[in-house]
Amino acid sequence: MDFTNHKMAPLFTINGRTVYMTQSIFGTWVVMGILIAFTIFVRIYMRRKHFQDVPKTGSLQNVLELAVESMHNMAASNAGKDLDWLGGYFFGVFAYILLCNYAPLLKLRPPTADIATTIPLALNTFLLIHVLGLVRRKGEYLKDFVKPVFLFLPIHIIGELARPLSLSFRLFGNILGGMIMMDLLYISLPIFLRIALPDAIHLYLDVFVGALQAFIFSVLSMTFIRERASLEEE
Amino acid sequence: MDSVLAMSALAAGIAVLTCAGAGIGQGYATGKATEAIARQPEARGSIMSTLLIGAAVAETTAIYGFIIAILLLFANPLIK
Repeated sequence: MDFTNHKMAPLFTINGRTVYMTQSIFGTWVVMGILIAFTIFVRIYMRRKHFQDVPKTGSLQNVLELAVESMHNMAASNAGKDLDWLGGYFFGVFAYILLCNYAPLLKLRPPTADIATTIPLALNTFLLIHVLGLVRRKGEYLKDFVKPVFLFLPIHIIGELARPLSLSFRLFGNILGGMIMMDLLYISLPIFLRIALPDAIHLYLDVFVGALQAFIFSVLSMTFIRERASLEEE
Repeated sequence: MDSVLAMSALAAGIAVLTCAGAGIGQGYATGKATEAIARQPEARGSIMSTLLIGAAVAETTAIYGFIIAILLLFANPLIK
């Protein structure tokens, strides 16, 4: 049994150390390619001829507007009305994590089953929390760290550092666990049973858990940002 | 060396026992959410999303245990 991230081809060499294209880098490129191709297609398709002021029910424009608007509403209700512009960023994060989690459906290794994919995503959230907090609430933001007395400062700092850690490990652990369970199932089944039977488990471990984890990552990030950066009164 | 490997496998088994706590927590949260929906069916949407987030937070401890088990099995720091 081997669940490691295999090297596929050497990319380039720095200081005598070769950087390899691993399975998760390949998966990331495929996901990026799909997302970029789709955005370019939408950009060109929606330009003139197909744009409607009131889109027909079920047309592509209708579906896209529904997706953008629901993400905007999610940001407004979770991150606060004054931070609803974060919906654009979290739409990108959601789409990226969702497609990464769905990569096993294309027989790729899911890029989110690699800790190097999830930690940068969580660090983005960490930066957003603290930069937005410092810029928008200034003194109030710093005062939060010494509530109720100064002695609590180390506890607050550890709590803040634990957030990106738990965000990244949650996504990583869930997807890696799903991947290992699928691989074990494929190894243990005889070849003639590998056609239809694993699909039901794909439906749960990849489709359901993948969508749930993408949703939870974005919603939890927005909730954390609201706690530190929103000017809205509770 | 072999005994280290065997003990690591046992330790991995013990580490994933954290899933028991997460299971109890998620079950308790789901029961309470069901009660809340029964009392106030019109608040179903917000209760459901809160439940999903709470279940994911409760799951974190199980994920930590799982990652330790994975480390012990596939990237064991005790074996050079």
